[in-house]
Amino acid sequence: MEVGLNFKETELCLGLPGGGGDIGKTSGKRGFAETVDLKLNLLHSDDSDLKDNVENSASGVGEAVPIKDPVKPPAKAQVVGWPPVRSFRKNVMAKQKSEETAAAAFVKVSMDGAPYLRKVDLRMYQSYKELSDALAKMFSSFTMVGKYGSQGMIDFMNEGKLMDLLNSSEYVPSYEDKDGDWMLVGDVPWEMFVESCKRLRIMKGSEAIGLAPRAVEKCKSRC
Amino acid sequence: MAYSFPEEVLEHVFSFLSSDRDRNAVSLVCKSWYDIERWCRRRVFVGNCYAVSPEIVIRRFPELRAVEMKGKPHFADFNLVPEGWGACAYPWIAAMAEAYPFLEEIRLKRMVVTDESLELISKSYKNFKVLVLTSCEGFTTDGLASIAANCRHLRELDLRESEVEDLSGHWLSHFPDSCTSLVSLNMSCLGSEVSFSALERLVARSPNLRTLRLNRAVPLERLANLIRRAPQLVELACKQLKALSGFWDVVPSYLPAMYSVCSGITSLNLSYAAIPSSDLVKLISQCQNLQRLWVLDYIEDSGLEALAASCKDLQELRVFPSDPFGAEPNVSLTEQGLVSVSEGCPKLESVLYFCRQMSNAALIAIAKNRPNFIRFRLCIIDPQAPDYLTLEPLDAGFGAIVENCKELRRLSMTGLLTDRVFKYIGSHAKKLEMLSIAFAGDSDLGLHHVLSGCDSLRKLEIRDCPFGDKALLANAAKLETMRSLWMSSCSVSFGACKLLAQKMPRLNVEVIDERGPPDSRPEDCSVERVYVYRTVASRRRLDMPDFVWTLDEDSSLRYS
Repeated sequence: MEVGLNFKETELCLGLPGGGGDIGKTSGKRGFAETVDLKLNLLHSDDSDLKDNVENSASGVGEAVPIKDPVKPPAKAQVVGWPPVRSFRKNVMAKQKSEETAAAAFVKVSMDGAPYLRKVDLRMYQSYKELSDALAKMFSSFTMVGKYGSQGMIDFMNEGKLMDLLNSSEYVPSYEDKDGDWMLVGDVPWEMFVESCKRLRIMKGSEAIGLAPRAVEKCKSRC
Repeated sequence: MAYSFPEEVLEHVFSFLSSDRDRNAVSLVCKSWYDIERWCRRRVFVGNCYAVSPEIVIRRFPELRAVEMKGKPHFADFNLVPEGWGACAYPWIAAMAEAYPFLEEIRLKRMVVTDESLELISKSYKNFKVLVLTSCEGFTTDGLASIAANCRHLRELDLRESEVEDLSGHWLSHFPDSCTSLVSLNMSCLGSEVSFSALERLVARSPNLRTLRLNRAVPLERLANLIRRAPQLVELACKQLKALSGFWDVVPSYLPAMYSVCSGITSLNLSYAAIPSSDLVKLISQCQNLQRLWVLDYIEDSGLEALAASCKDLQELRVFPSDPFGAEPNVSLTEQGLVSVSEGCPKLESVLYFCRQMSNAALIAIAKNRPNFIRFRLCIIDPQAPDYLTLEPLDAGFGAIVENCKELRRLSMTGLLTDRVFKYIGSHAKKLEMLSIAFAGDSDLGLHHVLSGCDSLRKLEIRDCPFGDKALLANAAKLETMRSLWMSSCSVSFGACKLLAQKMPRLNVEVIDERGPPDSRPEDCSVERVYVYRTVASRRRLDMPDFVWTLDEDSSLRYS
């Protein structure tokens, strides 16, 4: 197999080998022990050997020369100092990431009758009121005026008005929670809502009637 | 005839020489020129704090006003230099405090600076103006408070990327009300919130403030206020520009303020800000005079295309990875982004680019587009990634870079690379001064090509390459013409290190090995790291930790 390959440590031939063949052809590394005698014409060596070498190294798992033990180099994720990103930068990004994942809570908002959806970052608001104002602004052009009131969003914090609301044609925000259930917005404390809301849908009150029993139940179980 | 000129005349002539190279040349002409020059040299740059001792510098240049110095080797940035290796600034600070009462500027990079040093600086120089600490560590905000309180004429305080222990945000208030001299303030590395009102007051009374780099938590309205008070800003950077993502829709009243600043901005560092590509593009397209952009890969190929279309003055681009350890790409940034920028920005000369795939074709195109590159640093996340189209090594691509970019001074390479690429580098990269290599090459021949061919080489740093003793020893003399050589996780034996140190008495060969004394292992065993640098100071530095070995002065002289 190792026809023509000299395993002894070679004498470094500092002038570039003339007809010695291009060592670069065997892309990828060999272990240090396999340093080839540079004067040799590589064309003599077994072709299939070279092919093997090329295949193995093209897979990207090159054998970086180990210094301590003849074991495979650690998985890339564990290689010290790679990729070469300053620890300063790494620390900042890590800190930001942990804050960002806590911070980003974008959910899609759809409104019945509106031709496109919007997205809001729930973390930008501190209360239902703020969210309500923002949504009203966002969808102001689609609010039904006249019979259905020009305000669009009604005060859904007032639970007493719940049944009135559901009998009207006012717009009511509902949301899909983590369990996949569609709920009326406003039942649970704000922070809990932000955690569990996956998407928002602003629907006509009359359509929201179907949500009420479930909403009322969940409300009861909470109280 | 020269020696009939009075000294004052020669001194006056020399005062027009600002480059170190010119001044060094002048000082070699004759003894009297050497003497005249050394008395009137005002600025000194020490590229390696261990290459020379404070005493030697002070003895030769008694009238310095500005000192710039570097400590740890570059790979220390990536945790390849163990903690405690050295580069303490204090011995220098203490010596200079005595010798240079008129010192005005200190610039340190990769050094360990203590609060004690900062306090000493603040109290020793009546006319201190500039303190720049790049990638330094070892000090706290207490040290900064001394600087703020005592340096009455401070113009520039720059702590870029230094690790500062944040004891409180109140150090800013230590700037006395009478301090109006500030031109540049960079405190982007500080973690906690500074007193924003103190910052605002400081900005308001600093009519010369041109550069402002803030730390993380800057509320948007306050940022806008700040900008309004400092219309002369040319450089602005904030980390937490998250607010910008909704900025354009939500707060139109701030836009005029932003726009007027944008057109003046020449340098933008958004490399810590997670801003989506579309918003980045909106901001960048306002900054038509942009010369330098540091950004995260959120900019994506599309954003870079827009950059190429709007910023024709762009000289430097750095694209950092937002998720360097993720297995899969999280953004659509490929080699195409770099190709676009190289096509569209005629003045682009300096690039640092992290990406996940590269091809020879792209590199060749880039090289042809931009033969004026001076710095080219490419980092492919998978360090041995081949050309993703052909699966070949990237030798041809990097070969094209060195062949076309004849002024190339700095190069970092990654990807699947064989000895061939080093042959290209040795033949073509005649102006190359700094080369960084990782996971590349096949044999000592690769290293030999570089050491024998790169005539201008000053710094060479290598990690995880199959380079060993032969190329090193065969090119020992070359090492004395360079500032330093770093090799870690290569195949250099302890025996070769000893031999090199014996052969070359003006090189310090530091074996940095955390496994215990190197002579407890066979001589042919490879060392973990070797750091070789030329020095005129003593080879056994006094602050060596126990994991560093150098050859004893005596044995090399006695037995060589």
